[in-house]
Amino acid sequence: MTRRPDPSTPEGAAEALEAMWTIRTFELALEELYQRGMLHGTMHLSIGQEATATGVTGALEDGDMITSTHRGHGHCLGHGADPTAMMAELLARDTGYCRGRGGSMHIADVANGNLGANGIVAGSMTIAAGAALAQQQAGGDRVVACFFGDGAANEGAFHEALNLAAIWDLPVVYVCENNQYGMSMASSLAAAGDDIAGRAGAYGIPGHRVDGNDPVAVHEVVLEATARARAGDGPTLVEAETYRYRGHSKSDRNLYRTREEINTWRDERDPIDTFRTRALEAGWLDEEAADAAEQRARDTVRDAVQEASAAPPARVEDLDGAAYAPVPARDGVEDAA
Amino acid sequence: MSNPTSTEHDTLDEQAADAAAVVDEAVEDAGTTGAGTSTTGTTSGGTTTTTYAKALAAAFRTAMRQDERVFLAGEDIGVYGGAFGVTDGLLEEFGEQRVRDTPISEEAIVGMAVGAAMTGRRPVVEMQFSDFVVNAMDPLVNQAAKLHFMYGGNVTVPLVVRGPGGGGTGAAAQHSQSLEAWFAHVPGLKVVTPATAQDVHDLFLASLLDPNPVVFLEHKLLYKVEAEVELRERIEDTPARLGEALVLRDGRDCTLVAYSIMVPRALEAAEQLAADGIEVEVVDLRTLRPLDVDTVRASVRRTGRLVTAQEAPVPVGIGAEVAAAVVESDAVDHLLAPVVRVGGRDVPMPYGKDLEAATIPQVDDLVAACRRVLED
Repeated sequence: MTRRPDPSTPEGAAEALEAMWTIRTFELALEELYQRGMLHGTMHLSIGQEATATGVTGALEDGDMITSTHRGHGHCLGHGADPTAMMAELLARDTGYCRGRGGSMHIADVANGNLGANGIVAGSMTIAAGAALAQQQAGGDRVVACFFGDGAANEGAFHEALNLAAIWDLPVVYVCENNQYGMSMASSLAAAGDDIAGRAGAYGIPGHRVDGNDPVAVHEVVLEATARARAGDGPTLVEAETYRYRGHSKSDRNLYRTREEINTWRDERDPIDTFRTRALEAGWLDEEAADAAEQRARDTVRDAVQEASAAPPARVEDLDGAAYAPVPARDGVEDAA
Repeated sequence: MSNPTSTEHDTLDEQAADAAAVVDEAVEDAGTTGAGTSTTGTTSGGTTTTTYAKALAAAFRTAMRQDERVFLAGEDIGVYGGAFGVTDGLLEEFGEQRVRDTPISEEAIVGMAVGAAMTGRRPVVEMQFSDFVVNAMDPLVNQAAKLHFMYGGNVTVPLVVRGPGGGGTGAAAQHSQSLEAWFAHVPGLKVVTPATAQDVHDLFLASLLDPNPVVFLEHKLLYKVEAEVELRERIEDTPARLGEALVLRDGRDCTLVAYSIMVPRALEAAEQLAADGIEVEVVDLRTLRPLDVDTVRASVRRTGRLVTAQEAPVPVGIGAEVAAAVVESDAVDHLLAPVVRVGGRDVPMPYGKDLEAATIPQVDDLVAACRRVLED
């Protein structure tokens, strides 16, 4: 059973809408906290890209894993991360997912299948292949979904990971979130051929381009990819077309694109607005149900900010020695580390 | 030469014979080629006479028989048996799922291993030459070394990345480096540099008992060195632990700290100096991170003199770290002479045999360094 039902059903639509609202509200709250000086580090916001994170993670099953990116809040929330523990991490609390050591770019919850957000572009692509190999070796049928951006598609690791996953038939779904820009460079200028999904052909695996602002379409294509992976037939490459409204990070002055371009995506292709309208028209949701989904998301984020703010800060004293996992004691042999 | 008017192509063998004739004409003395040596192991008592390479392979066998999570991956490690023959025969015994030939994709090899290690496997991956790890620095340094800390302790990355380093084979600058200081600089990594057949066996098993990523650096000149080795039947039978140096030879006059290939040279230097009545204490560091500073300091307190030996160039190297460990402790009060660091010439490894030998510290260099600190 998938984490969330098909978004083109009443129950699925409510959950998808709530999931997208949770991501957006969470990130808007981060922005506000940052502006008020309550949040220390930089961050990369995925506002405008919520449908891809929601569609992908909603189509996964219990025990499936994800790897995420520097722009990973949506992936983590979509995959079931505790918003309070995430917020606590961003506020550098001891109760945060990484005890205040990771921050925005490194949310991980390995026990629940989130193998971690990664600050290195394409850094998780080979890791995802390895986690998929572990599944294959252990005889499991769990799948790994690897998020990466259009910028990562031009890293060497993209090639090495897809090649390895393909020759070993690894159960991994590579999801490229093409938000049109790798920092400031347009994907159309950075990626030769301007067809990242089409690169799948070079590896003899399926490649799908999908509207990344449509959670129904994303859900559908990921279901197909995970079915293929679970059957032992190997990886799939999905390119989800989407758009980020905010800058790359907090230092971005938006010099490389026009206000009109941003407004066009916002006014005509916003994943939440378009999905809400569609769900109402299709009768999956009524106004009341749609509003209730939004309200639940607001409640979730409010509680997360409240609880995380009250949590104890991360402690400097705990840093020493924390780079290493303790070596288990052995009879007659003391740990020298 | 074949007849240029012939329409028939020569066979490759015929062409080779022609070429041999050309060489014969060109050189006055054809010389003789070095004969390979067989390294069949012989067992006596509880120990086996075997090589460094075979002792390492024996440790792989011990680990893979005991722990089904352990697997090997790397370039040409399967049917080829590894570029240095270290994995010879393992494919037949353990099959291609556990002795995995990979594409020439170092970043994917190490990155894949990180992902597998995070999710319950015990990967041991080979860099065919340790120089090639440069292509995998992201998964090793930015990923493997960081994840346990960066993710707040909620993951471990029990991984061994191993491969041969060092020069002496005429492989030149891109196949002869000693990069250990790079890795030892990174919190989150452990760095192991075994010098003997026994240690390569025991320290490998100790690396598997460690839940952290380990960079395990062999030396290609040591692979064929034979010794009596006690092979362990189970992983936990290894008496070695990471972070423990050994005093291999006692001496009152000078401490000579070495690791990897410099250990046998240090022992030889000590032997030569003993003939002149100079007693050198030889310390084998064995692991560079954690670094056993206590053993080094204790030795310097006894001898009052310190020479460090490494194949890597001297600047910003392990020798500096060892010297600093002494200077930062009360052992400095026992120093009777300035410390001398012996290391490789400060250039990329040259190709020519004489050039290469002059770049890598030899026994004579260690002897000279010990004499120098004893002059003061």
